[in-house]
Amino acid sequence: MMDLLHWDGTLSAKDFRIGAVAFAQKWESLNFAFPPWVWVPCPKHPWLASPEEEGYLSMEKICISRLNEEDIDQTTQIDTDEEEASCSGNKDVIDDATLVQRNHHELHYYDFHIVYSNTFRVPVLYLRAYCSDGQPLQLDEIEKELPTCSSKELSKSKWTFITQEEHPHLKRPWYKLHPCGTGEWMKLLFLNDTAQPKFEVVLELYLLSWFSVVGQVVGLRIPFKMLNDR
Amino acid sequence: MEAQKYVWDGAIPLQIHLHESQVTTLPPPPPALILAPRIGYLPLLASLLKPYFSSTLPPGVDTIWFDYNGLPLKWYIPTGVLFDLLCAEPERPWNLTVHFRGYPGTVLIPCEGEDSVKWSYINSLKEAAYIMNGNCKNVMNMSQSDQLELWHSVMNGNLETYQRVSSKLKLATVEDEHTSLCSSKSQQGFGETDLAGQVKTGRVPVRLYVWSVSEDFDDLEDMPKVDSWEKISYINRPVEIHKEDKCFTLHDALKILVPEFFSNDLMNVKSAGVDFEDALRIPSEDVSSDKVVEDHVQNAYEHREACSISSSAEIKLIRIQGIEPKLEIPFSWVVNNLMNPDYFLHICVCVKVPQQNST
Repeated sequence: MMDLLHWDGTLSAKDFRIGAVAFAQKWESLNFAFPPWVWVPCPKHPWLASPEEEGYLSMEKICISRLNEEDIDQTTQIDTDEEEASCSGNKDVIDDATLVQRNHHELHYYDFHIVYSNTFRVPVLYLRAYCSDGQPLQLDEIEKELPTCSSKELSKSKWTFITQEEHPHLKRPWYKLHPCGTGEWMKLLFLNDTAQPKFEVVLELYLLSWFSVVGQVVGLRIPFKMLNDR
Repeated sequence: MEAQKYVWDGAIPLQIHLHESQVTTLPPPPPALILAPRIGYLPLLASLLKPYFSSTLPPGVDTIWFDYNGLPLKWYIPTGVLFDLLCAEPERPWNLTVHFRGYPGTVLIPCEGEDSVKWSYINSLKEAAYIMNGNCKNVMNMSQSDQLELWHSVMNGNLETYQRVSSKLKLATVEDEHTSLCSSKSQQGFGETDLAGQVKTGRVPVRLYVWSVSEDFDDLEDMPKVDSWEKISYINRPVEIHKEDKCFTLHDALKILVPEFFSNDLMNVKSAGVDFEDALRIPSEDVSSDKVVEDHVQNAYEHREACSISSSAEIKLIRIQGIEPKLEIPFSWVVNNLMNPDYFLHICVCVKVPQQNST
């Protein structure tokens, strides 16, 4: 089987599909605030009904509430009822944020897609954001909602971090997190594991590990203790 | 390297009409007649079109975009590729409509002028570099002045400058004995040996655009116009070539990218069907060959699935840089001579598919 030492951190399209299924299952079993990831099959051509091979993972209409570091002193408790009605998920919220920016009187929704890149042979996170009336958010508005360290990265170079590109399947403008370098840090993630797992195990955990890094950029944090339960 | 020169000199005659909603003068201005470089991009024509139409445009912000028969044109696709794809029967001059208002932001990604086009080009170049070299460092580390010089050479169609600056990138190209025999100098590393002796396969950046039609037509002129980008499949997938394989043709490359169109050439499906799991258990120390095996197995799988539908899928047209190359031509020659300045080979295919009753 594939030797981890010689592995370059990338996946074949077929492996991505396997990994995606494993990730979606794990995500659901972890049972925290977010809805499940759904595999959306995508035919290669409009007329060709493809098997489940090609597609992407989708998690949509996520209401992200964010605690800005400047606002820490001004936190107010909000109605849990209101939060449940407007946000997806159950009462167990993730650690880092509970405050919705009340002064704006509007909630922002995010759609996340995990799409395979044939070029970089890794998963790529695509996202879009919109208001409750469907009006799309621009990049600068999204930037304001990202954790501060991500904003710093973005301000360094708008063009290399998050770019607006056509969604490879939906053919509409979406934002995408640049995948350059993913293979390298994915390899490091697994090489640091003293257990030296077989590739099959790596594949099972690949997307979860990948998302634990990438999700943080957009403020989706997976509690670490859940990651360590294997 | 004559073929590259022809490609760079290639141009599409355009007849550009200002959209009626933006015409404020009577009589309306005559259309602009422009020779647009094949390897260029439509928004770059703004520098000519804005002054030309300025006297009739209503006041306000100008964001340029084009449509062909109502279809908004994707500005990051090279002009020549758009023409090859959307005009089954080449229309000369090609009649386009230009808009300076009402940018269709739900369909097209934003374009803020020359800068957007430049960044799109650089990103494509990075992607191509990653495919060929396994990393984009050489493009990322380009000096500002080199980057600008490269971009200007593309904008102005200056092949000499382009070759000089791009050769500094040392992008691994396809070994091609046909081209190297013809040229006295290897400008871009054509014909050079492998960068690392161990590399057995190379990846070639390819962008394939497939337009599917469900009816047969005697004449290309009778073909329906593309009215939606949903009808076009965009396949952005590198093609793997074994460097020892001197006989790898354009046909072979297309069979890898769209095996569903070549089922007639396949040997008996049953014998071609390989079980995935068995294929993956083939012991191998070489990680890269594992992946090649996987990809070939995946193709066989797609063949098997697609066979039931596409036994009558028929390729009507294959166009690269406006020509219809014979499929027997070595793929390496096609890549080295017909690629765009972004190092991608753009291929337009029109295919007739059986009518689907339900979808």
